[in-house]
Amino acid sequence: MANPDPIDNFIAASGQTLGLSIKPDWLPAVKANLEVTLKHAALVAEFELPDDAEPAPIFTA
Amino acid sequence: MPSLRPSSRPEPARLDTAWSAATEIAVAVASGKISATAVVDDALARIGERNPVLNAFTAITAERARARAQVIDAAASRKQNLGPLAGVPFAVKNLFDVAGIATIAGSKINRAYPPAKRDSPLIERLEAAGAVLVGALNMGEYAYDFTGENVHDGASRNPHDPTRMTGGSSGGSGSAVAGGMVPLALGSDTNGSIRVPSSLCGIFGLKPTYGRLSRARSFPFVTSLDHLGPFARSTRDLALSYDVMQGADPDDAACSDRPVEPTLPELSHGLEGLRIAVAGGYFRQGAFPEALAALDCVAKAVGARTEIEIPEARRARAAAYVITATEGAALHLNRLRNRAEEFDPAVRDRLLAGAMIPSTLVVKAQNFRRWYRARVLELFKSCDAILAPSTPCTAPKIGQQTFMLGGVELPVRPNMGLYTQPISFIGLPVVAVPVPLQPLPIGVQIIAPPWREDVALRIAHALEQTGVAAAHRPSLKVPA
Repeated sequence: MANPDPIDNFIAASGQTLGLSIKPDWLPAVKANLEVTLKHAALVAEFELPDDAEPAPIFTA
Repeated sequence: MPSLRPSSRPEPARLDTAWSAATEIAVAVASGKISATAVVDDALARIGERNPVLNAFTAITAERARARAQVIDAAASRKQNLGPLAGVPFAVKNLFDVAGIATIAGSKINRAYPPAKRDSPLIERLEAAGAVLVGALNMGEYAYDFTGENVHDGASRNPHDPTRMTGGSSGGSGSAVAGGMVPLALGSDTNGSIRVPSSLCGIFGLKPTYGRLSRARSFPFVTSLDHLGPFARSTRDLALSYDVMQGADPDDAACSDRPVEPTLPELSHGLEGLRIAVAGGYFRQGAFPEALAALDCVAKAVGARTEIEIPEARRARAAAYVITATEGAALHLNRLRNRAEEFDPAVRDRLLAGAMIPSTLVVKAQNFRRWYRARVLELFKSCDAILAPSTPCTAPKIGQQTFMLGGVELPVRPNMGLYTQPISFIGLPVVAVPVPLQPLPIGVQIIAPPWREDVALRIAHALEQTGVAAAHRPSLKVPA
């Protein structure tokens, strides 16, 4: 039996951790959306920024 | 031989309230040529006639509108100042609070929420200027949409071809203005939701600088990126409505306390002295020929010969995508836990995925946002405005799931905002101008530095004066 796709495990674990009930017939679309969003996130994360790069929102006390 | 009779004074031509500009209506009401009540009755009659075809309105506030019009007419009879938008009917995307009705934000879930107690400040400011609210408008569920489709209320329909999309998520706003039901509407734009429907419906739209217009008492989507703004059929109406809505508001943490900077007096200053560039690279990739034709037409008309590269635009769009998915998921987390089946499935599945994105990646996107903002602001040292397409194509058919972008088949819903997302990501002001191509219109973005709405509006007005940008009246067929 083939190993399950790690992203399927990730969806199951994070869904359970976050208290989200995901019906089986929703899974393909959730997975597809997660893969697209992670792909976008990876494109951003691979961009080198200096350690002192501030995030856009700055809290003012 | 006909007998000679004393010449009687000719009846003044009845104002064509279906296609008159807001400013024309206000002048006619202020001068007593037409009453606010007559204007509002006309608008309500047109909504009754056209809305069954266009599905733009989800609530019609007829009683409130007639009462408000009577107040304006009473003030007119006392020769009081009626305000610059006297008697102008307008409508708002149904994520704006309207006192007495639930703020549904395109959802099924919010219908059970209590009615809003007070209007949104932007409604209050427009009404203080004499405008009259006539209803609330259809939108994509919770604003997570570029199509104008809504599984609960049905799709809003494009007046140029009701089988086609309006674009979203402010789809009803685009349809109501392009369909001649109101001359003015409000919408929201997180990633392109004013500019996309402006493009597909062939009207003008203004997404102001982030923090310029108060978002208080509107249903949020992504507070890092949410903007509110107007739609109109002329640049004067866009500028005037924007001007009366400006101003600080402590009820919106992001709203700037900058003084009001009126743009209407700047409109007619023309193009002289303005350096206008065209965005190349990313903003030409994937565009259909009509999007490039419109862009080239606008660039030629304003003498924009320099092509510039907005650095890392693709990554900016990716970062906007991540922030949207995750902040949107955080907003709706409890609803996703408890009422997931009541969402539009297309929205629910994106939000569920967004809830699972690790926060480290979101912080990276916010770090990148600041870096990207600094690079783009550098570009404005050598130009005053940048042109880019509003959408990759004209209005797709309602229900169309995919299109071909640059030879790759991609879903329509998330990709209509390809060219708008890298701009709203850093809150730049944009006027989307309609280029009346046949058979369908398409928009071009005029992008200005922060707080320079006046520059974008000046350029839009110059294009309107030459006819290169124009909101063309659709030949809408409605049942007798």
